[in-house]
Amino acid sequence: MKNRNHIGVLDRLQFQLPKIVLSPSVAIIVIFVYGFILYTSYLSFTGSKMLPNFNWVGLQNYITLFRSRTWDTSVTNLAIFSVLYIGICCFIGLMLAILLDQKIRNEGFIRITYLYPMALSFIVTGVAWKWILDPGIGLEAVLQGWGWESFSFRWIKERDMAIYTIVIAAVWQTSGFVMATFLAGLRGIDNEMLRAAQLDGASTFAYYRRIVIPQLRPAFMSAFVVLAHMAIKSYDLVIALTGGGPGNATSMPATFMYSYTFTRNQMGIGAASAVMMLMTVAAIIVPYLWSELREKK
Amino acid sequence: MKKQLVLSSLAIILSSGLTQNVLAQDVEVLHWWTSGSEAAALNVLKDDLKSKGYGWQDMPVAGGGGESAMTTLKARVTGGNPPTAAQLLGVAVQDWANEGSLGDLSSVAKADGWDAVVPDAVKDFAINDGKWVAVPVNIHRPNWLWVNATIFKENGLTPPTTWEEFNTVSNTLKAKGITPLAHGGQPWQDLTIFDDVVLGVGGPDFYRKAIHELDMDALGSDTMVKVFDQMRIIRGFVDKDFSGRDWNLATAMLINGKAAMQLMGDWAKGEMTHANVTPGKDILCLPAPSTAGSFLFISDFFAGFDVGANDRDAQGALASSVLSKKFQEEFNLVKGSIPARTDISRTRFDACAQKSMDDLAEAQEKGTLIGSLAHGTAQGASVQSAISDVVTYHFNSDIGSKEAVDILVNAIQDAML
Repeated sequence: MKNRNHIGVLDRLQFQLPKIVLSPSVAIIVIFVYGFILYTSYLSFTGSKMLPNFNWVGLQNYITLFRSRTWDTSVTNLAIFSVLYIGICCFIGLMLAILLDQKIRNEGFIRITYLYPMALSFIVTGVAWKWILDPGIGLEAVLQGWGWESFSFRWIKERDMAIYTIVIAAVWQTSGFVMATFLAGLRGIDNEMLRAAQLDGASTFAYYRRIVIPQLRPAFMSAFVVLAHMAIKSYDLVIALTGGGPGNATSMPATFMYSYTFTRNQMGIGAASAVMMLMTVAAIIVPYLWSELREKK
Repeated sequence: MKKQLVLSSLAIILSSGLTQNVLAQDVEVLHWWTSGSEAAALNVLKDDLKSKGYGWQDMPVAGGGGESAMTTLKARVTGGNPPTAAQLLGVAVQDWANEGSLGDLSSVAKADGWDAVVPDAVKDFAINDGKWVAVPVNIHRPNWLWVNATIFKENGLTPPTTWEEFNTVSNTLKAKGITPLAHGGQPWQDLTIFDDVVLGVGGPDFYRKAIHELDMDALGSDTMVKVFDQMRIIRGFVDKDFSGRDWNLATAMLINGKAAMQLMGDWAKGEMTHANVTPGKDILCLPAPSTAGSFLFISDFFAGFDVGANDRDAQGALASSVLSKKFQEEFNLVKGSIPARTDISRTRFDACAQKSMDDLAEAQEKGTLIGSLAHGTAQGASVQSAISDVVTYHFNSDIGSKEAVDILVNAIQDAML
């Protein structure tokens, strides 16, 4: 009798243990992620300046935000950046993956070579590309020194072009990761299909366009979600590469949020911009999660 | 063997305990003076405090303009654990005081007679609601024009004293293939030039009205249009790679003769001494064009935070040391600035610093000692950045002066909400 009771306690403990162990992390996430999301949203409706305060000002911060020229630039930059960044990364990643999938020699070595930039942080990438793109010491100076006198590449110094230098550096950093995602997808496709297609006389191009790429849809989706949220929160690369300049030409929502909240003593407006960024991320992630969860059922 | 180990570790524990007991208290100071010369200058303060029996707990936060230091400070203060003192610039002292975060240094001020030796315009920032809340460390002058003497001599030119002369000289230099102005295109550097132009074109009263009082009529006036006209002209005198360059690299261009002039504060002297050229001789120092007689200033302050009763003595000792004659002289000799008290012997300072002291005294008398916008001594961070955005946008684009003025007026109205 006693013995059976003992087993019952252990059983119950075994059942409860995961919950007990997990509960601190759940509590921490509830407070430090969702709690602070609520706190930030609340701050965005207050007149907080240098330190948080709780004077309700309604939508004032959002009105100021949308009238702000720098926010305008930031949103435009985000649009340019994310379209090009996601588009080019997917294209290059797909091409690399298809070429690597041809059972070439040294595949492992090449795969690591392309994936390696991912190991660097965006700060390092930014500083390195800042030097490469600087006309005084980088590419332009080197090529002119080799005798190509007329060569000119000074986008990083030009107000209208500087945002594209950020695209270049970001694509360099991430396309290897996209390649890895697609390669995994490609390897999941049944070889029988290739043979069947070849028997039917399909060209390689048609095989990829009509059979392989449509099947890569899940890989595309995950690449898109990862790249999109990286684009929206991109901060360190901009800071390292251009510092938001020339002028404020390469300002992005994340740099805007940081500078308004912490250096410009406009915490309310900074919080409003953070909420706008959160909504943008949610607009991408929520439909994705929803479709994923629905498919599982 | 075992016994020995235990004994020796006991000895270590005891001795470390003892060293902590020798110094009664520590002062913890948050600052962003992390470069070699600045750190050396702070050692003077450390030694002085040590002789009074206070330890020094350094809290340096790297980053030129102190932006990251301010973020750290906010975290510390909101967390209820402020440092004994923190380096702050002009308006920030008042902002913190208005948040109720600063303590009271008035008793030290009274004992040491600060009232009599600190210039009034500096005092305005250090005193809040009748109480001394911060001590000034130094006075920097941002409205300097630095001139490469060799280039001017070889080309038979005279250093310019007005903006018209500046434009003529620069055009001559440009025609000879010499870059007239060394400049780094970072927003604060653009704003430093803007300061000089507003003061030069509009005069001290206009500067006060437009920048300090944010008078909408002054901000939208024709004088302001002229200011932006002059900014556009200056834009034509910098080399094509200027954007994003650090100020010390611009100063290096001036020293190496790659550019003829630079509009920059007197911290540029540090770079010159480092490169073994003499400020005042190889590199001439003049007030920025059309600004002679006025003195734009920045002061670094150590603000005393509202610490518990235990630390108040240490804080007072720190404040007293900072404004002592010895520290003021030693520190400012290294830092390139001039002392924040007016009764320091000037013999050991260089020619430019001595001129700075003369001009300071003159400006103090005439009431033309004015806090600089570009360095947080005229407006709080939000208005300062609002103006900076417009100035740097105008400098880096092709918009007209009238349009720039319109944007400026709108931006200020938004920032004041």
